[in-house]
Amino acid sequence: MSDQNDPKAPEDKSPKQSAGDSGSGAGVDRRSLFKGLATIPVLGALGATAWAKRSADDAKRQAIVDELGVTGDAPAIIDRLTSRPPSDRINVGIIGYGGEGEALVRAAGFPAPDWVDTQRQAQINDPRNRRLEEYLAHGDLNLELTGVCDLFDHRANRAVAASSIETRPGGAPAGRGATRYQRYTEMLEDPDLDAVIIATPDHWHAQITIDAAAAGKHVYCEKAMTRTADEVLPVVNAVKESGIKFQLGHQNRQLESHEKAREVYEKEILGPVTLIETTTNRNDRWGAWVWDIHPDGNPDTIDWAQFQENAGHDVPFSLERFFRWRCWFDYGTGLGGDLLSHEYDAVNQIMRVGIPKSAMASGGIYHYKDGRDVPDTFQVAYEYPERDLTLLYSATLASGRGRGKVFMGHDAAMEVGSGVRVLAEPLSTRYADMIEEEVVDPDRPLLTYRPGFRGLDAVTTATEEYFASRGLLFTYRGGQRVSTLWLHIKDWLDTIRFGGEPACNIDRGFEEAITCHMATMSYQLGRKVEWDPVQQQIV
Amino acid sequence: MSNSASLTGARLWAMAALRILIGWHLLYEGIAKLWNPYWTSAGFLADSQGPLAGLYLWMAGDPGRLTVVDVLNQWGLTLIGLALILGVFSRFATLMGAVLLGLYYLGTPPWPGIESSAPAEGSYLIVNKTLIECVAMIVLWLVPTGHQVGFDAYLTRGGNR
Repeated sequence: MSDQNDPKAPEDKSPKQSAGDSGSGAGVDRRSLFKGLATIPVLGALGATAWAKRSADDAKRQAIVDELGVTGDAPAIIDRLTSRPPSDRINVGIIGYGGEGEALVRAAGFPAPDWVDTQRQAQINDPRNRRLEEYLAHGDLNLELTGVCDLFDHRANRAVAASSIETRPGGAPAGRGATRYQRYTEMLEDPDLDAVIIATPDHWHAQITIDAAAAGKHVYCEKAMTRTADEVLPVVNAVKESGIKFQLGHQNRQLESHEKAREVYEKEILGPVTLIETTTNRNDRWGAWVWDIHPDGNPDTIDWAQFQENAGHDVPFSLERFFRWRCWFDYGTGLGGDLLSHEYDAVNQIMRVGIPKSAMASGGIYHYKDGRDVPDTFQVAYEYPERDLTLLYSATLASGRGRGKVFMGHDAAMEVGSGVRVLAEPLSTRYADMIEEEVVDPDRPLLTYRPGFRGLDAVTTATEEYFASRGLLFTYRGGQRVSTLWLHIKDWLDTIRFGGEPACNIDRGFEEAITCHMATMSYQLGRKVEWDPVQQQIV
Repeated sequence: MSNSASLTGARLWAMAALRILIGWHLLYEGIAKLWNPYWTSAGFLADSQGPLAGLYLWMAGDPGRLTVVDVLNQWGLTLIGLALILGVFSRFATLMGAVLLGLYYLGTPPWPGIESSAPAEGSYLIVNKTLIECVAMIVLWLVPTGHQVGFDAYLTRGGNR
């Protein structure tokens, strides 16, 4: 490897030549010795300055870390599910296998066969796309998908196909196959069924949860918990009286960054927080719930009568209403139940704010004039006078300019997404000395937390980009990308198997539901509404 | 090329200074990466848009491959930088340095039609500082000084004995 091996290298003769040039033998050696070692001081200088710079940087960082009292640790997965015997298998039914239902069933370990094919092809087309590999690396949750209920034949058949798929995460064995039920109440009669995942439109959430609780089946229910405020207390009572494990589908509870943000808040790094701004910024049809109408959808393949049973109004068969139900208050609550609910729940997780005293909402249908009756532009101001706090939510479905989620404190502001970024306030009281000493620079983050990840993200659509930036798709555990849905389902299953409370239990669900309904009611009534904690109602 | 063996006076010191300064640059780049536990080449590889984009994306596409690339970068820079400053194995080091800098240049070359997502600190068209440093490295390979100012003096003499 050295120069001598290079036949073209001229060095062999050079020392002698230069020695010959310079006179006597003793002089040669001294001079060569000097030249040979001439660069050592350069190395010393680099070493000394690099070390000094590093020490200064470390001291600055340490001073900040000491002042803030935060750690760099990330949550680890405590895998309590490995090597569980088949007898510990939990039998789950899916009620509602639309977009979210499919994502949940897939996260639970049962991908639809055509999804697997699509991902295989996507990986061939773009080697950066590692979604299938990452998916299959998730642990086996030791479930059996035994029941399927969907009002659209095509979706029910896809779910049944997923239930016996062989390509499963964590090396799980092929599923045994599920039974399709025309009505969820028939599924609940199965004595071997342990739990249900409810991913129907919102207008069915309350009734199914109440019936499942009565049948003693554990429930994982998508947000929003209910379509109307009146349904909230009956659901809470049914869950509490039955003792089932109830998890509301706010998978962002599993975010590493939310844990960090909570730590930042609890260590009072921000100082008094008087304003929180949360936002939704989307600019694509899919994100505005203009979802695909399946070509096989028609009155013969869709059980429209059952779909309409719990809806606000009885209307004739409509493909738009069936496939794009979020656009109508008859089935959901638009931005309130879909996206405000996530933003609110994140704030509730980080700061435990609970139900606000009042809500004032406004907005309108300003862009998607497609027959919908839910607003596409929606603003809410919540007041928490006892906490000296205002919580704002501002949403548009017609502009994608990112605004993030910001907690504004007197001493520092915190931006929370899939990471956390804290910037000191230039006129902070707490950091005044450190800013004066130039240990803290208000123009640069005081603290940043980016989940550890070495590799590439292949995020494909604008809506997915939105979800990823909000941490709704995946998080990181031990440097590995992990689905938050998987973690959230696992969290629920752990409580079924080992006891304890799910991360987003019925109490958190109660707060989420009431808070979101306050915004929707304020918008519909055109006035400020308040929560009466004694009467347990919105007035 | 054989004339390069007998550089004298200002020419020798100017060439040696060029070698040492480039060595300083690479060595600190390497050390800074070794000291930063969060450093990874993933971002650079992912942004690659030049003729080697396919290769770089492949490198970044797998955590195992990426780790190898990261370690090679960190230690490659450090060892080449060290060799250049000390003038030890300097011909091999300059050759490797030229290859490494060439790979950096081709990651996102400032060619018309290629837009890098990383902001540049200057304005470049085809030629940028990485390319110039790469060519300087080739000059150092062709006009070695390690045997006159550096440890190669002992190595080559030892080789003769």
